[in-house]
Amino acid sequence: MSAAWKNLLLRHETILGVLLVITLIVLAFQSDRFFTADNLLNQGRLMAEVGLVALAMTFVIVTGGIDLSVGSILGLVAILLGVFWQKLGLPLPLAMMLGIVVGGVAGLVNGLIITRFGVPPLIATLATLALYRGLAEGISQARSVRGYPDWFFMLGQGEFLGVPVQLWIFGLCAVIAAVILGLSTFGRATYAIGSNAVAARFSGLSVDRSLLLIYTASGLIAGLAAVIFVSRVSTTRSDMGTGLELDVITAVVLGGTSIFGGRGTIIGTLLGLGLMQALKNGLALAGVKGDGTIVVIGAVLIGTILISNIFRKDADG
Amino acid sequence: MSDIALPVRRPSSFARLFEAYGQEIVVLAAIVVLFAIVGLVNPRFLSDTNLTSIFSGNAYIAVAAIGMAMVIISGHIDVSVGSLIGVLATIAGTLAVSGYPIWVAWLVPVLVGIAINTCLGALIAYMRIPSIVATLGMLSILKGGLISATGGTWITGMPPGFFIAQARLFGIPSPVYFMVVLTILVALWMRYSATGRSIYAVGGNAEAARASGLNPERTCVLVFALHGFFAGIAALLFATQLQVIQSTVPPNLELTVITAAVIGGVSILGGTGTVIGSTLAAILFACIGSALIFLNVSAYWLRAVLGLLILATVLADMARRRRGLSP
Repeated sequence: MSAAWKNLLLRHETILGVLLVITLIVLAFQSDRFFTADNLLNQGRLMAEVGLVALAMTFVIVTGGIDLSVGSILGLVAILLGVFWQKLGLPLPLAMMLGIVVGGVAGLVNGLIITRFGVPPLIATLATLALYRGLAEGISQARSVRGYPDWFFMLGQGEFLGVPVQLWIFGLCAVIAAVILGLSTFGRATYAIGSNAVAARFSGLSVDRSLLLIYTASGLIAGLAAVIFVSRVSTTRSDMGTGLELDVITAVVLGGTSIFGGRGTIIGTLLGLGLMQALKNGLALAGVKGDGTIVVIGAVLIGTILISNIFRKDADG
Repeated sequence: MSDIALPVRRPSSFARLFEAYGQEIVVLAAIVVLFAIVGLVNPRFLSDTNLTSIFSGNAYIAVAAIGMAMVIISGHIDVSVGSLIGVLATIAGTLAVSGYPIWVAWLVPVLVGIAINTCLGALIAYMRIPSIVATLGMLSILKGGLISATGGTWITGMPPGFFIAQARLFGIPSPVYFMVVLTILVALWMRYSATGRSIYAVGGNAEAARASGLNPERTCVLVFALHGFFAGIAALLFATQLQVIQSTVPPNLELTVITAAVIGGVSILGGTGTVIGSTLAAILFACIGSALIFLNVSAYWLRAVLGLLILATVLADMARRRRGLSP
């Protein structure tokens, strides 16, 4: 076998793709409800919010960073959406826009803490995880907002050409993210920062500006996911998105993005997302209760990294 | 930073004390100021019942923070400790209810905690899985496993001798003794024993530590095993402080524990900090939580206040490092 072929076969994405196909086949035999268009589209609907955030998270982790605050940003934006619309009486479209902007500002604050003060991303976003969730709780005082107009539910519950609306949004964002990361100068810079930030700086890349952009985008997209989430479940509560970061990071790392930075693709993230959602859904259909599926996801996360580390050790000699 | 040699000034003993324990002194001062102000506004804050509930009710957080401080000093992180404490508390309660001797119900959770975290430490040290990934995975395994095994039911009807956290000696609740004695022992051990010092060395620079003949992998496993021990003790205090054990994961416990360690002066970059600081910070949180209630501030703001506190501490830590003043 030529080296190029071997490389392709040993790529994380290829292994993951095969794993996904096997999982799908096994699950299809487990339950005849699994492989129906209805079920698959519905799974896509449930996956869209995690998926959107995972796209930005792929960039973040490729730079060698991490963003633990995305779940809290989602909660904060959801609460503010309700407050802007109901308490301040703003028109709903404006409230949606403002909410997403607040998400972007929250991400920008993360970026500023990380680049201006040199705080490690893990700690910076751990702090803002508490801060943003705290703001959401404080502002909402545990009161939920309901009674949104019907057109608003289009975003999270509607369909366009038979496919859930948020899947269109997710698909569009995924293509844009894949093009930026895979084909643009900005994407190459992202990899360069993750491989060696100091070398990237000396090569004339504006590392800080790229990081600011990426963390802001992560906040913006968490805001977008918040709006879709609220539209899907018809209500806002301050605990929305709790633990979202776990799902997102699992999907991204499962997809072959190195937690140390410098390696990873959007395709991998999509495969990771697919595998995770298929496992969740398949296990639920096979009768495993919701919390049992979390166990499997945790085990799959550790297992995948373990296997990938062992493979890489062999490859490096 | 410049390379110009500055004239050596001999610092006063207070300056030296402040340099070594700056963060600890700041946290202690914050506690004293908080007590003075809130006590003036609402004297009931200083009542015996409230002081007992502050110290005794939160001692388990301080005990868990001892282990977390060691983990962070050694250059790692553990986001699964809240789930672990939930699991261990449930094990303790279930054993006690099922009629096992009380010492078994006390001992088994501690041993299980050590066993689970030793495996975790081995995964991190020898299989090179980053601690954030390994402990994220462990978080969902423990949390999901606990809820699917118990369904979140409440455990009640433990035998009367089980409630170790409700015991008192000389009028002081037992959790306070656990907190104080363990903190002092670990602080002394980490400062004066060779193994304790090696944790700082590995956290400060693992490769330099290796070159000096230390074994960073073994240190990592040891630190996580000890962390499991403290999680076990914390779980016991948590499980026995009330008459019921809710067999779920205490929400955000891991965050509170990490925050206590970080605010207590454990540097997020590893290599510095003491467990005295983490214990003081855990007490400070408990005071803030209680003070908010006595000042009639909605408890829903507590997390925002904590978030701001972590952020301010972390930024101050980074600023201090930049100026090169930190020891």
